[in-house]
Amino acid sequence: MGTGSNTSHPRDRIALDVSVLPDVVFGHRSLIWLGTVGMMAIEGTMFAILIATYFFLRTRTTDWPPGVSNPALTFGTLNLIVFLLSAFPNQWTKKAAEKGDVAKSRIGLLIMSAVALINMALRVFEFPSLNCGWDSNAYGSAIWMLLGLHTVHLVTDAFDTFVLTALSFRDPVEGRRFMDISENGEYWYFVLLTWIPIYFVIYIVPRIL
Amino acid sequence: MTPDPNISEERLTHVEVEHATDDDATLHQRLDKTWSDPSGFIGWFKQVNHRSIGKRYIVTAFIFFLLGGSLAALMRIQLARPENNFLGPDKYNQIFTMHGSTMMFLFAVPMMFEALSVYLVPLMVGSRNIAFPRLNAYSYYLYLCGGIMLFVAFFLNIGPDTGWFSYVPLSGPDFSPGKRVDFWAQMITFTEVSALAVAVEIIVTVFKMRAPGMSLNRIPLFVWASLVTAFMVIFAMPSIMLSSTMLIMDRLVSTQFFNPAEGGDALLYQHLFWFFGHPEVYIIFIPGLGVVSSVIAAFSRRHVFGYLALVLSLVTTAFVGFGLWVHHMFATGLPQLGESFFTAASLMIAIPTATQIYCWIATMWGRRPVLMTPMYWVLGFFFILIMGGLTGIMLASVPLDLQVHDTFFVVAHFHYVLIGGAVFPLFAALYFWFPKITGRMLSEAAGKWNFWLFFFGFNMTFFPMHILGLRGMPRRVYAYPPEMGWTAMNVIASLGAVLMTVSVLIFLANVFWSMRRGAIAGDNPWGAGTLEWGTSSPPPSYNFLHIPTVNGREALWDAAPNQAIVTGLRTDVREVLVTNYLDAAPDHRTEFPDASIWPFLAALATTALFIGSIFTPWAVPIGAIPVAITMTGWFWPGKEESRRRKATEKWAEEEA
Repeated sequence: MGTGSNTSHPRDRIALDVSVLPDVVFGHRSLIWLGTVGMMAIEGTMFAILIATYFFLRTRTTDWPPGVSNPALTFGTLNLIVFLLSAFPNQWTKKAAEKGDVAKSRIGLLIMSAVALINMALRVFEFPSLNCGWDSNAYGSAIWMLLGLHTVHLVTDAFDTFVLTALSFRDPVEGRRFMDISENGEYWYFVLLTWIPIYFVIYIVPRIL
Repeated sequence: MTPDPNISEERLTHVEVEHATDDDATLHQRLDKTWSDPSGFIGWFKQVNHRSIGKRYIVTAFIFFLLGGSLAALMRIQLARPENNFLGPDKYNQIFTMHGSTMMFLFAVPMMFEALSVYLVPLMVGSRNIAFPRLNAYSYYLYLCGGIMLFVAFFLNIGPDTGWFSYVPLSGPDFSPGKRVDFWAQMITFTEVSALAVAVEIIVTVFKMRAPGMSLNRIPLFVWASLVTAFMVIFAMPSIMLSSTMLIMDRLVSTQFFNPAEGGDALLYQHLFWFFGHPEVYIIFIPGLGVVSSVIAAFSRRHVFGYLALVLSLVTTAFVGFGLWVHHMFATGLPQLGESFFTAASLMIAIPTATQIYCWIATMWGRRPVLMTPMYWVLGFFFILIMGGLTGIMLASVPLDLQVHDTFFVVAHFHYVLIGGAVFPLFAALYFWFPKITGRMLSEAAGKWNFWLFFFGFNMTFFPMHILGLRGMPRRVYAYPPEMGWTAMNVIASLGAVLMTVSVLIFLANVFWSMRRGAIAGDNPWGAGTLEWGTSSPPPSYNFLHIPTVNGREALWDAAPNQAIVTGLRTDVREVLVTNYLDAAPDHRTEFPDASIWPFLAALATTALFIGSIFTPWAVPIGAIPVAITMTGWFWPGKEESRRRKATEKWAEEEA
């Protein structure tokens, strides 16, 4: 590549030949990485503003939670544990993809799909554990929205993972698929890491404020 | 599959002399075949070229400008006489709401940020397309659908009627039953998703797709302005998406965010709105500053004075712009200590603005700038913006703000800032880049008529509003009694609006005439220095025959006699060069996607979800299914392509 008839060769001008550069790169070098970071910045801002909203509403009332019981800890905490543990298979999958290892990537993606299913299943039980309706009061609206927004991210990344898993079993698995798998892992970290403060706000803050 | 271990040795980035095997004509044919998007009716919906999408943004946003302007004209007719009954109160409420919402969300941001950036930034950084071209097409269709939805609602007499910021409790479920406010709130979702997508594209394009040699301290000031704006969009727009979503949910599924009876707070809405709304002003205005820098450099024939100061001023404005929002809420009874902080921050914004103005004056100093139409608009911008800035300093102080709050004084102020800060630079931009976009010059004579009528018309319309405000005329009243003494000023304002209307009609005639009969522009009619002037007008489908390299801040002026070009990019597929963040040294190659119908289908599916969710919450889970399907189709790789790419792919060596 780079010397065939499909590249540009102008007449007698000083040229910077880029044909030897790679076209499969990972991490901050790739466009998709920076694009994903941009999306995380947007969504991270949303979470931050929603958490700010929660604390703003806290100042409007004396009781917290106002007139309802604290959220039950079980399912949220289980989800936190699953999220934290998922960092291991996630990192393993990401590294396998960055080495271009098809077999390991497939196994990793299957594991991560299963993890995402477990997270989503636990999430279903989290909503009733909030112990209040979204329409009970502003506190209820805020925690439902916080949990709901995080769920949207969880479901989105789960869906992404399923699609990539399916694609990894379809030949040929080209370099940019591995880039996608690596970025999908990156995004999973975002879903994981945002859950830590959100868990804290939803489940712990009512107990201490 | 293991990465090729030999690549590190092969990774040359030094300059070497190549000898020709093809001439430019053959190269043009090849590149054009690869980069041309399909044409025809169906083809139109598949296009992903940044200039096609950019032109659509420009035309669509301009149509919304005309619609918003027509609404303003209706208001001026209504207010031209006391106790007029040309429009009733309900119609008037809808019209001022539509005017504000259209101008802010469907004209100003899409025009100043999306349209100009999408068209110009890839050309200015020397790239063949914008990063994520399919997302770019998707963003345009969403914006278009959101705008159409709002106007369809308006024409069905269910247009929003609670002001462009739709404060609760007026816009809440108790005081605004029906669906009017929901159309407004969902229009926000459409336009903000679209702007956020473009923000990500611009950031990636600017950081990763610059021509080799265009280090960060050499990128054109317009590109800096777009980049800073993109960052502002990313941190400001989530706030309004959340607040408008909360508003819809309060109205549709009885959440209690803004209901004080259940622990909610109406001021929460104002905080969230203005945390977006104030940065929004700078999102509209900063691209205009980039335009001014470009035009002044070109017409003064010299590098801009104080490049670093100008860049830092843009960045400072962006940062400080996030710390001002409460000055829109001085009348809400917030603690005075907090108000003083926001007064100080609001005054501080004058520092970077003044720095820029001094830098521009220094650039023009002693150079006898060429006074053609774009420069007229820039000089008009100076005058109008400074006027708006001065009343801004007045409004930043709490006592004065409380006195004139919700009066025409505020209306005068923000029209001076927004029209001065955005519309004057926009006209400068349109006169300046029209030759690049169409290949023909706009008429200078018509341009001067356009400018002077607009300039006088604008001042006639809005200057009297200062006085009206000081004399106590409130905003948003559909009629006033004759004994208030407001009549004369209102008549002058309405006559000014006639001049502005004539001016815009002259501009439209100029555009239509010049597109067919205007003088042929050539590549660089102004002798400007940035890269977009280094290719033909209009540029070919692939932008640059050879990707250039860059030697200085004004790439064309500073080019070496035999400035190197980039070779070795494939011409049979849409391959582009990716460079690194700071120095724009070549880093890797990547293949861009072809034209596709999927972004359009995904935008339709998203539109169905957004509009459906005005009526039922079930539209969200059910509507998500077609969105997921279309987006998967968009992403799904063809087997042939995968096979072809896999055969030639080159892995980077692992980083140390």
